[in-house]
Amino acid sequence: MPTRRDAVTIVGASLAGLWAAETLRREGFEGRISLVGDEPHAPYDRPPLSKKYLAGAVGRDRVDLLGPDKVAELDLDLRLGCRATGLDVAGHVLEVDGVAEPFDGLVIATGARCRTLPGTDGVAGVHVLRTVDDADAIAAALPAEGRDGARRVVVVGAGFIGAEVASTAVDAGAEVTMVEALDEPFGRVLGAEMGAVLADLHRSHGVDLRTGVGVDEVLVDGTGDERRVTGLCLADGTELAADLVVVGIGVVPNVEWLEGSGLTVDGGVVCDETCLAAPDVVAAGDVARWTNPRYGESVRVEHWDNAVQQGAHAARRLLATDEEAEPFAPVPWFWSDQYDRKLQLAGRAHPDDEVRVVTGSTDEFRFVAFYGRDGRFGGVLGMNRPRHLMQAKALLDDGASWDDALALAADWE
Amino acid sequence: MRVVVDYDLCESNAICMQIAPDVFEVRDDDFLYVLDENPSEDRRAAVEESVQRCPKQAIAIED
Repeated sequence: MPTRRDAVTIVGASLAGLWAAETLRREGFEGRISLVGDEPHAPYDRPPLSKKYLAGAVGRDRVDLLGPDKVAELDLDLRLGCRATGLDVAGHVLEVDGVAEPFDGLVIATGARCRTLPGTDGVAGVHVLRTVDDADAIAAALPAEGRDGARRVVVVGAGFIGAEVASTAVDAGAEVTMVEALDEPFGRVLGAEMGAVLADLHRSHGVDLRTGVGVDEVLVDGTGDERRVTGLCLADGTELAADLVVVGIGVVPNVEWLEGSGLTVDGGVVCDETCLAAPDVVAAGDVARWTNPRYGESVRVEHWDNAVQQGAHAARRLLATDEEAEPFAPVPWFWSDQYDRKLQLAGRAHPDDEVRVVTGSTDEFRFVAFYGRDGRFGGVLGMNRPRHLMQAKALLDDGASWDDALALAADWE
Repeated sequence: MRVVVDYDLCESNAICMQIAPDVFEVRDDDFLYVLDENPSEDRRAAVEESVQRCPKQAIAIED
């Protein structure tokens, strides 16, 4: 077992950071583990925040990931409400709330934060969704049993967060408009054809989906601290009235505190293929940029599964010698629950890929579609087909060809 | 080793099925079925990985 390090500090107390801590212990690390998080909350799971938790169907107990028992079991020095403010990689010194402290090994898992619409700071009724506090604020504004809540909800950005919030708001009884600057929701991730299927899904549930149009202005009532949203003005001149606006237009990695640290920061903390950012420093989760050797491209991945796997991988990397270190080469995978549909995507879907529905029907919103080109099998999208999705993902893991994938799908009919 | 699934938590993401297809199967009805409730000890690592990586923490091992 490693003897090079006595103390590892993990900056970022969310999924990737927690997985790093658990993995360090699982691998036999017996030194001190300090888990530093800027939120007042112990680590919690984010996927339910836009779905069941937002809907009030499950409580905090089903979202929290780290109870007192587990803190004791992992022997964690859990430091909540503490923010990393600086780093000196060469000197092995971290700065937390302005106070310098040494480390032997460091895991950077500071995640990302939501982009916001300009001029909406402090405007009541305009929300982003990232934290459990964000979810509580939106949940309190949505209609619920025994309470009217926001009748007119506008979701800005038809990405996965926006689409899940739209779905939850519809189920809560709100009138929902979703505004997307691109021509199709998810077009950038799923391509135009499957993006259109998603658009149909939302429209079939009564969402007023406006695509290919951006937001020009947020309309507010009142002044100063008393400002409250009344609607949005779109780029085409349309005015939409709104009681509640939820903005889901992507995230930016939390890297500002690393200025002057000696690390390379370029749209995330730049790591090598093994998740190493500098000697004794690794990064994982939404903040990490690395070259996935499977694709030969520098990527930053914001999925739940990536936080889990990369958190674990980064911890193992920290304990390994340079000779032992292995590249981090996952097939990306995520899921999104919208209405009664489960969407799953494994691998990668390029906009110019061939897209083939291999089983089921897009009209029924229950199907599997393959993405690929030039004989290569690149990705698989499933809607309410988890069994087939995972079978196809296993082929992606093995680097199977387009023909291999079609042969698998032939058994599904 | 006994495998227990909390079906109130399970959302059929089918991660477990990819890790241990001899133990877990999500069928065409989209529900998870445990094929082998008492897997042999040599499957412990795979079942433990399934427990850990389940997005809903719906799987447990009762020894």
